[in-house]
Formats: sequence, structure tokens, C-alpha cells
Amino acid sequence: MESIFFLVVAAVAVISSILVVTCKNPINSALSLVMTFFCLATFYVMLDAPFMAATQVIVYAGAIMVLIIFVIMLLNVKAESGKRGSHAVFAGSVLGLFALFQTVWFLSKGSMTGATGTMDKAQIISVGHVELIGKALFTDFLLPFEITSVLLLAAIVGAVILAKKKI
Amino acid sequence: MLAIENYLILSAILFSIGTIGVLTRRNAIVIFMCIEMMLNAVNLTFIAFSRHLGNIDGQVFVFFVMTVAAAEAAVGLALMIAFFKNRESIDVEDVNLMKL
Repeated sequence: MESIFFLVVAAVAVISSILVVTCKNPINSALSLVMTFFCLATFYVMLDAPFMAATQVIVYAGAIMVLIIFVIMLLNVKAESGKRGSHAVFAGSVLGLFALFQTVWFLSKGSMTGATGTMDKAQIISVGHVELIGKALFTDFLLPFEITSVLLLAAIVGAVILAKKKI
Repeated sequence: MLAIENYLILSAILFSIGTIGVLTRRNAIVIFMCIEMMLNAVNLTFIAFSRHLGNIDGQVFVFFVMTVAAAEAAVGLALMIAFFKNRESIDVEDVNLMKL
């Protein structure tokens, strides 16, 4: 049952991600990308990470995609007249497929490590996923968390500077 | 739970499709969306491994990746608007000011 569900959602994710690349109109690409994000949120739920699924839907499908669609409509981007030269398309496709082949080859060669930590399904249910992540974020990852705030400040300043009338 | 290999192969497929998009499209916004898709493929790998190894650290990393993606979206789209104001186009082939 679970594997059938996985296959269906995976098919939807792959098809919509192919549409992102092949659609001429950027708006269609953006809507297909939203579909891909929702499929990924489904996978997060299947992997017992409900909080990450909620964050995926709110941050990616909500905030970032609204920003992208806003910019597409603001700039009134027309559909692409033509693709890059056929050489570029060919070379890009070969490189991408080579990366895929390499990854799958290494996956088939090696075997997964059996190392297991303390987090399992029983703990996620009894403690709660949000609490587990919060605990890790504010103990082991406190310094990276604080540095992230500096990153966000830099992004805000950069966006404001770039949005000025004259640059 | 399904075997982790399923998730890893799916993630590899999504990442490769994103790579092909970045290398073959001309519209800067579509390239940007393909980069977001590649980041998401990596996030899926992180969460699958986190569940497989029973370690929450991978999901905290996904949190940081999302933060970086949000910052990247803000600055990248501001850059595109600034470029569009100057060139009336967001085709990456028009970005040639520093070309020799």
C-alpha cells in the first residue's frame, strides 16, 4: 500500500518537475514547481517529519513561490522565443543524465550503513516532532542558528540596496 | 517505512532534472526555480537519511537550507528586477556586460 502511494506521488513529482523545465511560459513552470513542492511535503510526512512538511508548504509553496510569481507578473515576462543553441541543450542534458547515472551507480554499488541513533517512530510520537527539532536547534545548533540571523539581516540589506532607484 | 534507496533515487532524479533545467534554459527566473528544485531534492535526501539513521540533525540542516533558500530568493529576485530595469530583459544571454 505504502509503496503504491509512493510510486504515484513520485510519478507526479517527476512529471511536474519535468514540466518546470519544459514549459515555455514561466507562470506554468512556477505552478508545476508548487506541485513538486507539495509532493515533497507528502514524502516528508511519509518519513515521519510532519513539522518539516508544514514548513515546506508554508515557506516554499507559500512564501517563496508567491515571491517568484509576483516577480514574474511584475516583469511581465513573455514566453521564451527559443531555447539556447542545440549544442547547449545537448551538453546540458548529457551532463544532467551523467550526474543521475553516477548517483544511481554509486547507490547500487554500496550498501546503507546500519548505524541507528535514538530517534525512532515511538519517540517522535511520544515526544513530538517539533519538540525534538527545537531541542536540537537550541542546544547543539545554537551557534549556526544565531549565524542564520546574520544571514537574514544581510539578505534584507542586500534586497533593499538592490531595489533602490539607481544602482 | 519504505527502503531509503527509493527516496535517494527519486531525489537524484529531481536533482538531475534541476541540473538540466539550469543548463538548458535561458530565462533567469526559470533557472532560479530549477535551483530551488535542486535544493529541495537535497532536502529530501537529508530527511530520508535523518529517518534512516535515527538522528534529528539532518532535519535541522533542512531548516538551515530553507533559510538560505529564502535569503537567496529575496536577493536573487531583487537582482533580476534591477537587471530588468537596465536591460528590459531577463534572458541570461543578455548578461554580457563583463564579457571580453
